[in-house]
Amino acid sequence: MHAQASYLLTVVTFLPLFSVAALLVLRSDDHVWIRRIAFAASVGEFAVSLLLLRGFDSTDASYQFQEFYNWIGPSIHYHMGIDGISLFLVLLTTFLTPLAILCSWKSIQHNVKGFFISLLVIETAMIGVFVSLDLFLFFVFWEITLVPMYFLIGIWGHERRIYAAVKFILYTMFGSILMLVAILWLYHLTGTFDLPVIENILANSAPLSPTVELVLFGAFFLAFAIKVPLFPLHTWLPDAHTDAPTAGSVILAGVMLKLGTYGMLRFCLPLFPAAAHKLAPMIGVLAIIGIVYGALVATVQHDLKRLVAYTSVSHLGFVVLGIFAFNAVAMQGAIYQMLNHGVSTGALFIVVGMLYDRRHTHEISEFGGLATPMPVLMALFIFIALSSLALPPLNGFIGEFLILIGTFATHHAWASWAASGAVLSAIYLLWAYQRVALGEVTVEKNRALPDASGRERFILGTLAVVILFMGIASPYFTRPMEPAADALLQQMNNQLQRPQNAMRRGVPVKIGPHAVVLPAALAERQARP
Amino acid sequence: MFMLDHIWIILLLPILGAAINGLFGKRFPKAAVNSVAVGSVALTFIAVCELVREFWSLPAGAIPWIRSYYTWMAAGEMTEHPFRIDFALQVDQLTVIMLLTVSLVGLLIHIYSTGYMEHEGGYYRFFAYMNLFMFFMLTLVTGANLAVLFVGWEGVGLCSYLLIGFWFRKKSAADAGKKAFITTRLGDLAFMVGILLAFWTFGSLTYSNMFAQASRMQPDTMAHAGVLTAIAVLLFVGAIGKSAQLPLYVWLPDAMEGPTPVSALIHAATMVTAGVYMVARMNPVFSRAPIAMYLVAVVGCITALFAATIALTQNDIKKVLAYSTISQLGYMFLGCGVGAYAAGIFHLMTHAFFKGLLFLTAGSVIHALGGEQDMTKMGGLRKKIPVTYWTMLIATLAIAGIPGFAGFFSKDEILGAAKSGPHASLWLWAVGVFAAGLTSFYMFRLIFLTFCGKPRFDEHHTHVHESPRKMTIPLMILAFLSIFGGWVAAPKLVGGIDYFDRFLQPVFTAYAPTQVVSEASGAPGVSAGVQLLLAIVGIPVILAVIGLLVAWWFYIKNPNAPKKLARQLHGAYVLLWNKYFVDEIYLVLFIRPLLWISRNVLWKVVDAGAIDGVVNGTATAARESGGIARELQSGNTRSYAAWVVVGAVGFTMLLLAFLGLAVR
Repeated sequence: MHAQASYLLTVVTFLPLFSVAALLVLRSDDHVWIRRIAFAASVGEFAVSLLLLRGFDSTDASYQFQEFYNWIGPSIHYHMGIDGISLFLVLLTTFLTPLAILCSWKSIQHNVKGFFISLLVIETAMIGVFVSLDLFLFFVFWEITLVPMYFLIGIWGHERRIYAAVKFILYTMFGSILMLVAILWLYHLTGTFDLPVIENILANSAPLSPTVELVLFGAFFLAFAIKVPLFPLHTWLPDAHTDAPTAGSVILAGVMLKLGTYGMLRFCLPLFPAAAHKLAPMIGVLAIIGIVYGALVATVQHDLKRLVAYTSVSHLGFVVLGIFAFNAVAMQGAIYQMLNHGVSTGALFIVVGMLYDRRHTHEISEFGGLATPMPVLMALFIFIALSSLALPPLNGFIGEFLILIGTFATHHAWASWAASGAVLSAIYLLWAYQRVALGEVTVEKNRALPDASGRERFILGTLAVVILFMGIASPYFTRPMEPAADALLQQMNNQLQRPQNAMRRGVPVKIGPHAVVLPAALAERQARP
Repeated sequence: MFMLDHIWIILLLPILGAAINGLFGKRFPKAAVNSVAVGSVALTFIAVCELVREFWSLPAGAIPWIRSYYTWMAAGEMTEHPFRIDFALQVDQLTVIMLLTVSLVGLLIHIYSTGYMEHEGGYYRFFAYMNLFMFFMLTLVTGANLAVLFVGWEGVGLCSYLLIGFWFRKKSAADAGKKAFITTRLGDLAFMVGILLAFWTFGSLTYSNMFAQASRMQPDTMAHAGVLTAIAVLLFVGAIGKSAQLPLYVWLPDAMEGPTPVSALIHAATMVTAGVYMVARMNPVFSRAPIAMYLVAVVGCITALFAATIALTQNDIKKVLAYSTISQLGYMFLGCGVGAYAAGIFHLMTHAFFKGLLFLTAGSVIHALGGEQDMTKMGGLRKKIPVTYWTMLIATLAIAGIPGFAGFFSKDEILGAAKSGPHASLWLWAVGVFAAGLTSFYMFRLIFLTFCGKPRFDEHHTHVHESPRKMTIPLMILAFLSIFGGWVAAPKLVGGIDYFDRFLQPVFTAYAPTQVVSEASGAPGVSAGVQLLLAIVGIPVILAVIGLLVAWWFYIKNPNAPKKLARQLHGAYVLLWNKYFVDEIYLVLFIRPLLWISRNVLWKVVDAGAIDGVVNGTATAARESGGIARELQSGNTRSYAAWVVVGAVGFTMLLLAFLGLAVR
C-alpha cells in the first residue's frame, strides 16, 4: 500500500461532475458554450487522467493511488485504488468521452444542456466503478451509470427509444438487485464492504461453504453477464444500441459493456475462485456460442447499427473466454481486448452515427456506393472495420491472438472454435461495407452527400492513430497489466490448492498453462529453473 | 554491413511510398505519384541488392542472419510460460531468393502500371495500394517468426482485397474482392490454429527455435509424429487458401476483376506463392510429417491437373491465365510435397517471371484492343503488336516447358523429384506429366486464338496499337528472365551442379530429419552429350510438343474442329465450361444454408422469439401480478391488519432460514 496520500483518483473521478456545475450555470439555449465547455472539460479530464499513467508503477501488482476514508458508519468506506486491470479502463473512459461529445456536436439540437450533463455524469459514474474498492461505493456508482444512460436513450434516442430504454433498465436492474443481495450477504458474513478485506477473510479466516459460494458467484456473475452481455442475456443490447444516440452507443459499447467483464475480473474470480472454476466450462461454452452466434446474426442484419451491436456480442464473447481460460496470457489478452473493443466498436458506432446525421436512417439498403460521394469517410470506415475484424498489425488482432494463445494452453477446442470468429467477422464486416460503400450510388439523394468534415476527420483520425498504435506497440499496454493479472491468477491458484478445497475436489487443481502436447521441448522448458 | 543491420529499411521504403501517396496523392500530379510509387520500389530493389551483396560475404555460421528490433507482443512474461513475440527479421538463402524475385518483379510491374493505368481514375489510390502490397509481401518473406509472417500473410490479403475491388463501382469487382478475402480467411482459420499448436508445442514462434525443437522430437513416437503432422496439415490448409489450391481455389479466377498489373503482381508472381514459401520455410516440420507431405503432394498434383482441364475451354484470356496459375502453383506444392523444396522454390521464381510476363502481355493485348478480354474476338494480332507477341510467345514456351526456357528447368526438376525423389510416387509423376501436356495445349491455344488467323474484331472501330515504351520495356526484361532465369540449373543436364539447388541447400538440410545425400544426376559413365539428349527429350517434353501440335491442329489447321469436338463431347464440355459447377455447389451447400439459418432460426426464432419472448413475458407477468397486488390496497383496515400479520410471520421465517444458512 502506498504510504503517501494521493487525491488523484478522487480528482479524476469527480472532475466531470464539477464541470456539470459549470454547465448548470449556463443558459440552456446557449448551445455553443455548453458544447465548448463540455468538450473542454472532458479534454481536461483526459489530460488529468494521463497523470495516472505517469505515476503508475507497472511492476507493482497491488492497488495504487489508494484513498481510504470513513464514509457511512464503521463499515462503509470511501476506498479507491487502481491496478493494472483498471488503469487503462479509466483511461479508455476519459479518452472516449471527449470524442463522444465531439460527435454529438451537430446531431444533438434539443435539450443540449441535459444531454452533455448526462454524458459527464456517466463519465464520473463509470470511472467510479473502475476505481472503487468498497462494495457499497462500487454499487452506488454502478447504479448511477444507469440513470443518465436511461435518459440518453429515452430522450435523445430514435424511433423506439422508450421501449429500448425500459428494456435496458429492466434487464440491468434485474442483475443489479441480485448483486445487491449478494453484497449484503457478503457484508453479513464478513462485517465489511471493503473488497481487499473481504478477499482476505474469505481466503483465510472464514471460507465460504461451497453452496453459498456458488450462489454468491451466481448472483454477481448474472449481473455482470447481463452487462457484457453474454449469450443468452444479450437481447437488450441490439435494441438499446439501435435507438440510442451516437454518443450513447459509443459510451455504451465503448465502456459500459466492460463494466461487466471488469466486474468478473474484480469480484467473481478473486472472491469465489472455486465456484468460478467449477462453472468455467459452462461459461466458456456460452462465450463461444456468443462469438459464433453474434457473428452469424450480425451477418443477416439490414440495420447497420443493429449489425454493429451484434458484433459486440461476438467480440465480448472473446473477452469472457479469455477471462475464464484462467491463464495469464489469455487474461491479459482479455483486458487488452476490452480496450480494443472500446476503441474499434466505438469508432464503428461513430461512423454509423455520421451516416445517420446525413440520411437519418440506419437501413443498409438506403446506402450503397457511398465511396463515390464520400471517399475519406469510407476509407476511415474500412480501416476501422479492419481493426474490428482483427487484421494484423491492428489492435484487434493482438487482443484476439493473446486470448487464443492463452486459451489454447488449457482448451484446444475452445480456442479453435473461437478462432472461427475471425472468419465470420470478415464476412459480416466486408459484406456490410460493400453494401454501404461500394458499387454504384443506388439512392439518388446520396449522390450529393458531403464527405467527412474537419471535425469528423479529427474524431476518426484520432481513433485510427490509436488503433494503429495499439496494434504496433502492445507491450506498452500489456506490461503494466501483467502484475495484476498474474497476482489474480496466483491468488485463485493458492485458494484452490488450500487443503479443504483440494480435498473437496479430490485432486489439486492446477491453473495456468499446462504442457498441452507433451513434447520434449516443453517438458524440458518446464524442467529448467 | 549496413543493410544487414537495418533490414527494416527494405520494409520502410514501400510503406512510406504508400503513406505519402495514400494521404496526399490526391493533390499530386501524376508524375509526382509515379515518382513516389516507382521510386520507393526502385529504392527497395537497390536496398535488396545491397543486402544480397553483404549477405554474400557472411560466413556460413552467421546464417540465418536474424535481427530483432522491438518487442511486438508480450504477455505472461513473469509466468513459467512467457509469451513474447519480437518484431524480428531474418535473412537466409530462401529469403534472398524471395526478396530478389519480389522486388524485381514488383519494380517491373510498377513501371508497367504507370503506362497501363495512365487513363484510370484513382491513380494515386492504385499506387498506394501497390506499395502497401510490396510492404506486406516483403514483411512476409523477411519475418523471422510465424507471427511476423502472419502480418504479411494477412496484409497481402488485404491489399489483394483492395486491388481486386479497385473498380469498386462495378458490383462484380466488389464481390470478387470480398470473396477473395473471405475464402482465404477460411484457410487462415486453420493457419491460426496451426500457429497456436506450434507455439504450445515448440514454446516459440521463432523459426530457429521452432526448428531446433522439432529436430529434437522423435518422429517415430506416435504422439510427436501426431503433433507435427497436425501442425503441418493446419498450416498447409492456410496455404491452400492463400495459394488457391483445391478446394479453396475458387477466389482466384474471380480475382481477375482487378486491373491486369494486379493480376500479374499479386495473383501470379508473388502473393499466391506465399503458401509455397511458407511450406518451404517450415520444411523441418513438414519433413517430419510424412502424411502431411503426402497431402501436400497430392493436393498440389490434383490441383495442377484439375485447373489445367478447366483452362482448356475458357475464352477469357485472363481466366485462362488464372487457371493456369492455379495449376502451376499445384506443381510447386507437388515439388515441396515430394521433398524437393528447392525445386518448388525454383519453379516459384521462374513462374514469377513467365507468368508475370504472361499477365502483362495479356494486359498489353487488352490495352491494344481497348478493353476486350474475349479471345474469340481477337485473332491476327501478331503483326500489329509485335513486341507483345514475341514476349508472350517466349513466356508461353517457358510455361510449356520447352527446353532452353526457364520453365523447362524448374518443371523438369519437380517432375524428376516426383519420379525419383525421397517421397516419390509414380502416379504423382504421371499426373504431373499429363497436366504438363494440357498446359502446353491451352497456352498455345491462347497464343493461336489471340495472335494468329484472321482478326475477329471490328477492325474499323478498334484502333489496335502497340503499348508505350514504359510498358514494353518491362515485358522485354521479363522475357529475358523467362529464358535465362532457369539457366543456373543448366549444368545439371550435363552431369554438373545445379547452382540454384546448391545455393538453397543449407535452408533445407540444416534441420533435415535424415541427411540427404545430394543425388547424382544422370547415369554414370555416359558421355555428356547423351546425358543432355536424355534430359531434353524426356516424356514431359514430348507431351509438351504434342500439346503444341494438337493446339495447332485445332486452332490453325482446322478452326472448326473445336466446335465439332465440343458438340461430340457435350457433357464433358459443359462440365469444363462451367468449371465443374464448384461455385454453384458451394453456394447451395454452404453459403445459402448458413445465411438461412442465421436469419430464420438464430435471429428470428432464438433471439426475437425465444429469448425476447421470455423477457417480454416476464415484463407482462410483472405488470399483471402488479394488477393483482393493487387489489390488496383496498383501503380496508382489517385486511391491512391481516397482511401485516402474514408479512411479519413470513419475514421472521425468512430471517431464521437465512441465519440457519449462515450459521451452518
